[in-house]
Amino acid sequence: MMLVISVLLWMVVVALGFMAAMRGTDLFRDSVRDSVIEFMRLIPRIALGVIGSGFIADAMPQDLIVPWIGPQSGMLGVAIATIGGAATSGGPVVGFSIAAAALKGGGGAPQVIAYVVAWSLFSIQRIIGWEIPSMPPRVVWLRAAVSVPLPLLAAATAMLIARP
Amino acid sequence: MPGRRRKPFDFSTATVLAISVVSGVTVYWREGADRFFTIFRSDVLLFGNMMPKMLAGCLIGGFVTLLLPREVVARLVGAESGILGLFIALATGAVLPGGPFTIYPVAGAFLAIGADAGTTIAFITSWMLLGYNRALVWELPFFGGSFVLWRVMVCLPLPILAGILGRTAIRALALRMEKSP
Repeated sequence: MMLVISVLLWMVVVALGFMAAMRGTDLFRDSVRDSVIEFMRLIPRIALGVIGSGFIADAMPQDLIVPWIGPQSGMLGVAIATIGGAATSGGPVVGFSIAAAALKGGGGAPQVIAYVVAWSLFSIQRIIGWEIPSMPPRVVWLRAAVSVPLPLLAAATAMLIARP
Repeated sequence: MPGRRRKPFDFSTATVLAISVVSGVTVYWREGADRFFTIFRSDVLLFGNMMPKMLAGCLIGGFVTLLLPREVVARLVGAESGILGLFIALATGAVLPGGPFTIYPVAGAFLAIGADAGTTIAFITSWMLLGYNRALVWELPFFGGSFVLWRVMVCLPLPILAGILGRTAIRALALRMEKSP
């Protein structure tokens, strides 16, 4: 499955690269260079988060995670994870490190999905730093309000549809 | 990348670094070198496996930025209303690469050229939950392929739902406003 995805992914890269190259070799070269620089800049932060979350999960006492958001915690665990995700401030390194540590440390997968979805939708830093300056605040609050049920729905669906 | 440049190490990364080091030392000291290196090896392997996909994600992002200028997206989404508008918002939110500094100005532009708030909400929600860029570059190395695929699958209908909820709320609100003197 992952191999198929990898092959498809690189086919997309080649196809888009070809289309970009048609626009001009210079544009294409700049685009590749910028993307590779972006990739190199991301590596240390993501590597840190991925490796760090493994240690954090192991160092944390198990009974800190499992009773709260473990696989048996049900919708109450989902609600706890949703509140946790919405309350997490910080960039993707923080959000994903906590989520990965929770998953490795015995958290239930639907609960972790609720956490990730809630963090993505409600990251207060992003709302204040980016969303409010670029959009009418009314729309921002409406978006946040209609997003409240989404983490719960995502987790409930994950409980119904088995992991591929 | 236009807009704000991110330093490779910011404050939140430093916090994660500090907690990771403390945790790593705790694991080593409490459970021994074997356990330490088992965890280390499995996470390095996961990360290494995902690196080519992350690179692909970055390259696709770069090419899409070149091929699909923001103005085109804004026109595409802003012009269409109804359910079709929500689906276009979902598709563009999922394919448009970049961080908040590229997404929110586009969303602001939709509103400026007359898109309704429901469409804008669907677009932002789609970028947040279905954006391939974030899924490939960020989520994959942390969780591996099957988890991310699953997460995206269960989130697939949510942007449309958010858009519909937004429109419904606006209509209900307008109704109430009409009734009041």
